[in-house]
Amino acid sequence: MQSRQSTFLALAMALPAMILLVAFTHFPIIATVVDSFLSTPKPRRPSHYVGLDNYNTMIADPIFWKALTNNLIYAAATIPVSVALALAMALVVNSKIKGRGLLRMAFFTPTVLPMIAVANIWLFFFTPTYGAIDQILSIVGMHATNWLGSTQTALLCVIIVAVWKEAGFFMIFYLAALQTIPPDLIEAARIEGADRWQILRRVTLPLLGPTTLFVAVNAVINAFRTVDHIFVLTGGGPDNATNVLMYEIYLVGFGFFDQGYAAALTVVLLAGLALVAVGQFVLFDKRVHYR
Amino acid sequence: MLVSQIAVEALKKQFGTQNAVSDVSFTVDAGECVVLLGPSGCGKSTTLRLIAGLEPTTSGRIQIAGRDVTGLSASGREISMVFQSYALFPHLDVARNITFGLEVRGVARAERDQRLAKVAELVGLTPYLQRKPSQLSGGQRQRVALARAIISERSVCLMDEPLSNLDAKLRHDMRVEIRDLQQRLGMTMIYVTHDQVEAMTMADRIILMKNGSIEQIGMPHELYDRPASTFVAGFMGLPPMNVIAGDDGADLIGVRAEHITIREANSAPRAGVVTHVEYLGADTMVSVDCPGGVVVARASGQAVKRGDTVGLAWSNEHEHRFDLATGRRLEPRQTQVSHFVSN
Repeated sequence: MQSRQSTFLALAMALPAMILLVAFTHFPIIATVVDSFLSTPKPRRPSHYVGLDNYNTMIADPIFWKALTNNLIYAAATIPVSVALALAMALVVNSKIKGRGLLRMAFFTPTVLPMIAVANIWLFFFTPTYGAIDQILSIVGMHATNWLGSTQTALLCVIIVAVWKEAGFFMIFYLAALQTIPPDLIEAARIEGADRWQILRRVTLPLLGPTTLFVAVNAVINAFRTVDHIFVLTGGGPDNATNVLMYEIYLVGFGFFDQGYAAALTVVLLAGLALVAVGQFVLFDKRVHYR
Repeated sequence: MLVSQIAVEALKKQFGTQNAVSDVSFTVDAGECVVLLGPSGCGKSTTLRLIAGLEPTTSGRIQIAGRDVTGLSASGREISMVFQSYALFPHLDVARNITFGLEVRGVARAERDQRLAKVAELVGLTPYLQRKPSQLSGGQRQRVALARAIISERSVCLMDEPLSNLDAKLRHDMRVEIRDLQQRLGMTMIYVTHDQVEAMTMADRIILMKNGSIEQIGMPHELYDRPASTFVAGFMGLPPMNVIAGDDGADLIGVRAEHITIREANSAPRAGVVTHVEYLGADTMVSVDCPGGVVVARASGQAVKRGDTVGLAWSNEHEHRFDLATGRRLEPRQTQVSHFVSN
C-alpha cells in the first residue's frame, strides 16, 4: 500500500515535466517522422501516404546538397575554433592578471546579447566601405569588399559571427572547470619540472576532459541549430552560399509551405545529430577522466 | 669544503601590508632533517613555499646546493616536495604519478621503469602501480607522494605537513618510515609541521617559528631542555613546561612536569590544592593550584586525589627563568641567587 502510494506520488510529481516533454518534444518528433512519409496537404487534396517520395526529392535536390555542404563547412569551422578560443580565453581570465574581471565580462558579453542584436551589429561591421572592417582595412590600402554580398566571403562572415557568439558561452564552462582544479596539482607539476605547456597538456587538459566533451556535444548541436544571424545577415544568400540545413527547413516549411518535404529534411537533420551525439559519448566517454 | 645544502638569508614575505615571514635566516646541512615547527599562521608553510619557489620573495636570498635560486621558478630549483594534500594527479595511475617528473624531464623509458620498480619496492607500492589515486587508502596515497619525491633523486626534499591527513596510528608508522628513508637515502629535508611530537622524533634540528620570525633553532633536546623563551617552553613537550610567577614577582619560573616531586604539604617550598588528576597508565598528570599559577606535575601511581593539599619541589638545576616583560630566557648566572632555596 505504502509503496503504491509513493509510486503514485512520484508519478504525480514527474507529471508536469513529462507533459511538457511529451507535448513539445516527443510528440512533435513522432509527428514529423510520420509527416515525412505523407504528401503536403492541399485545400482540395488532403495529405496521403507517398512512401519515400519526399526523401527521393531530397536526394535529387541540389539545394539540399548545397545546404548540407555549407552546414558541414560551417560546423567544421565553428566547432574547433570556438572551443579552442573558449579554452584559451578561460585560461587567460583564470590567471592572475590585472583587469581580470573586466576581461571576463568582455568575453562573456556576446553570450548575453540576443543573436539578432549581435547580427545587426555585425551587419554594420561588414558594410562595404563604411563598415568597421573595411575602414580598418582601408588603412593598409585594401579596397572595399562586399563581405556579405559575395559568394566567396559570405559563409566565412557567418562563421565568424557564430564563433564570436559561441566562444564566450563555452568559456564560462571552461572557467568553472578550471577553478575546480586544485592549485596543488599545478604546483606539484611545477616542482617536478614541468613547463607551462607540459602542465597544460599533461594536467590541465586531461582534467578538463568532461568539460570538453560537454562543450563539444553542445557545439555540434549549435552548429546545426543556430541560424538566427543568417536571417539578419544574408537570408541564406547570395545564391544559397550561406544556406544551411536548419535555414533550408525554415524556407521549405514556412516559405514554400511544403510540409512533407520539410518534415523529411527535419528527420534527416535529427537523425544526423543524434548519431553524432551518441558517437561522441561512446567514443570519448572511456577516455575522459571523471573526478 | 662542506657547503650547506640550503641557505636562507634574511628572508621576507609580505602579503599586502602583512608580514607573513620577516627576517628569517638559517642553513640546512647535506643529509640533515630540519623541522619547521610552529602554530598555524606562524609562517612556516610560507617559508617552505618560498624555498620551493611557489611564492616570490619580498626580499632576502635563498641558496640551494651553493646556487642562488631566489629568482628561479619552482621548476628550475631541482627539488622535490610532498604536499599536505599529496597533490596526486587523479587522471594518472600510480606508476605515471610517480614517474611524472621523469617523463616531463625526458628521462628514457627504460631508466624510468627501472627507477620506478626500485622506488615502488622501497615504499611498498609494487602491487598498486596500475591503480588510480581514488582507489587507494590515505596511507597509500601518502606513499605515492613520497615515491614521487624519492624517484626524482634530487638532493633536497621539502615536506609540507605530509602526515596531517592520516590517523594517529598511521601517522606514527609513517613518521618512523619517512625518517628512516631520509637517513638511508641521505636526503636533505625541510619538514613543516605544527605537531611538536613529530618535530621531536624526526628532526636533527628544529626551527621553531612564531609570528613570521624564528623563535629558536636547535636540536630537539636543546629546545626541550633550554627553551629560549616562554613561548618555546610552552610549545615543546607534552605537557608543556609549567611557567609560573616567581616569588619576587620579577621573573617567570619554568619547570617541567617530570622534574616536580609531590611531597607532604608542609615539607615543600610550594604547596597547593590538587584541581585535576589525569590518569594515563604509566603516569598520572596532577594539576596543582599553587601561588604563581597552576602547575602540572607528573607522578607515578601516587595516591593523590582532587582536593588534596600537596607540596611541590624541584631541584635548582631543573628551574628555568624567563624575563617577565619579554618572556626571553635568563641565563643562570643572572639568577644565581635562587629565590626559593632561601625560602
